[in-house]
Amino acid sequence: MSDCCAAETIEIKVEPRVSGKVRTVALVGPPNSGKSTLFNRLTGLRAKVANYPGVTVEQHFGKLNGIGRSDLTLIDLPGIYGLDSYSEDARVAVDVLHGEMPGTPAPDAILLVLDSLHLRRQLTLAAPVLALGLPTLVLLNMSDLMETRGGEVDTLALARELGVPVAKISATRGTGLDSIAHFLDRKGETLQPRNPAKLELPVVGNARSYRQWATGISTRTKYKAPLSSEWTRKLDRFLLHRIFGPLLFLAVVISVFQVVFSIGQPLSNAFGDLLNAAGSKIGMFLGHGWFESLLIDGIWKGVASVLVFLPQILLLFLFIGVLEDSGYLARAALIADRVMRSIGLNGKAFIPLLSAYACAVPAIMATRTIENKRDRFATILVAPFMTCSARLPIYLLMIAAFAPNKPIIGEFFGLRAAVMLSLYLLGFLAALFTARLLKSSILKAASAPFILELPQYRLPTLRSLGLRVVDRGKVFLKQAGTIILCVTVVLWFLSHIPFHSTLPDSVIGHVGRWIEPVIHPLGFNWKIGIGLLSSIIAREVIVGTLGTLYGADPATHSLSLQAALRHDLTLGGAMALVVFFAFAMQCTSTLAIVRRETNSWKWPALQFAYMSVLAYTAALAVNQIISHLF
Amino acid sequence: MNALSELGIGKMAIVERLDLPEEVGHHLMHMGFIPEARIVVVRRAPAGDPTVYAIDGFEIALRRETARSIRVQVVEEGL
Repeated sequence: MSDCCAAETIEIKVEPRVSGKVRTVALVGPPNSGKSTLFNRLTGLRAKVANYPGVTVEQHFGKLNGIGRSDLTLIDLPGIYGLDSYSEDARVAVDVLHGEMPGTPAPDAILLVLDSLHLRRQLTLAAPVLALGLPTLVLLNMSDLMETRGGEVDTLALARELGVPVAKISATRGTGLDSIAHFLDRKGETLQPRNPAKLELPVVGNARSYRQWATGISTRTKYKAPLSSEWTRKLDRFLLHRIFGPLLFLAVVISVFQVVFSIGQPLSNAFGDLLNAAGSKIGMFLGHGWFESLLIDGIWKGVASVLVFLPQILLLFLFIGVLEDSGYLARAALIADRVMRSIGLNGKAFIPLLSAYACAVPAIMATRTIENKRDRFATILVAPFMTCSARLPIYLLMIAAFAPNKPIIGEFFGLRAAVMLSLYLLGFLAALFTARLLKSSILKAASAPFILELPQYRLPTLRSLGLRVVDRGKVFLKQAGTIILCVTVVLWFLSHIPFHSTLPDSVIGHVGRWIEPVIHPLGFNWKIGIGLLSSIIAREVIVGTLGTLYGADPATHSLSLQAALRHDLTLGGAMALVVFFAFAMQCTSTLAIVRRETNSWKWPALQFAYMSVLAYTAALAVNQIISHLF
Repeated sequence: MNALSELGIGKMAIVERLDLPEEVGHHLMHMGFIPEARIVVVRRAPAGDPTVYAIDGFEIALRRETARSIRVQVVEEGL
């Protein structure tokens, strides 16, 4: 399929398609060559970057502000090995390059980004890209690393061989970028398309001839490959060790959770105190009245009850950042392949599933790197079981309220971290179980091959980690400032209408009591019921809702949210609530992205029904068992 | 000629041919698995499978079932 496809496109593209003004420039290159890092440099935007192949799975646009060319649009593309589309993310890149992606203009020029540490292999992509006939600049990325490791290449000779300009850059450091500005400025505002016929290109679509061509060129341009980083192998000897490897993996996971509690919890508490103090200061200033009640008891208590978890969530993201940027993630996928295989999934599915710990939406998009369609759908359907950061506020709240701070293994591992770890494990097991179910029923398929490139380890830069944390903080604050704020305002009004009514007689009280029979067997009262209803929008909304409702109730008005919950819920109900959240599909954004990626309402509907039934049944079982035991 | 999966850690070999479905084979060729390429068996994953191979300066992990279909010629003992 791939061969004929590529050959056809070449015949079409030999005709120069654009001559004149350059408006759109595309970043093309093999996976993990640093395209998105360069994209962020050139546009000032923040596309996700990390150290494993397949981070970018769709096209991103940005204006070339970084080099003062805001009149030009830069398109960042998923990494490709050739111009045949093997997986969904590669198809995106190839379609954009051929101008066949709806809503995306065909590029007028190409920046071909190659990892200069592995130039010989990376050059094989130059052949099909140059054959497109578009004005191209070849960028040898990570050239600083190549030179410090003793690598060499004659860029002038390479430019002569390829018939296009070549420049050395470092996207991470931002060096050599003036060559891009120079390339785009050349000949005023126009770039003449090249005539690919003049260049001796290998047989199209034939990997072997590409390779011979690339080897020939790298020899003639005196390319000397840098010494491979010794410590990647040394580290792997340890991190992929038969015994130490899995143990270290476990130790890493445990220490992440422990730090979230031992360092994160005091930070969150202090932040919560600060927010409360600020709230009462403003309250005093406003005096008593309905406005003060709306602002302080409604909005402030609701929004602040979610906001307090910011420090703990940011800490978790810092750790995820270190794992992703260092290159460890691909090793984790390798360690987990055996488990994944036993449930019938590809080890590659482990990378999207791991990134679902942050959020299911990008994880579902990341499944585009899975070549087999049925494997991909199975991964999409189970991804929302992974514990995303939206579940953290309710988990952290319930754990702080109900789990005592008891050490299990000295200072290193406490009960709270253990409960948290078991909730993560619960979600992961549900994902495995469901995948197994899907793969042995409606999504049966022959197992697809597992082909995983292991990137070299890199030390995460402070800048990149800092940006991740800041970006995540912004997302969280935005959520608290929009959705949660709106919900608390609506809830406050509904809990005060009709006027001068008590909470149980208000509109919200009536709705709550109406749904209470359904949730009573789970050990939930009507306030939790309203929380569950509102969290269909997004999981973290429940904490804001509970903050507002308990703030509006005179009986619990003066208590902290934790104390109010202890007052209202049994241990069985509390455990049932977190188990409900571990399984339930309360996220409209996830449903929307599943609809988009599977191109049908059937899958999100099935997913929603399955997860809701599972959540209800499991919560019911937990409450009944715990209430009978204690 | 041997199957790549039969090679022990540290063995070096030359790729002869890929007996794989066209799409998979094609993908692997783009990743460097082409006839005459030199390949070294680097290490096995903790569970004994997949295995990490070094080819063209890259490290690529394959499951045994895939490596079984890659025919190679052993060239050297030891790394």
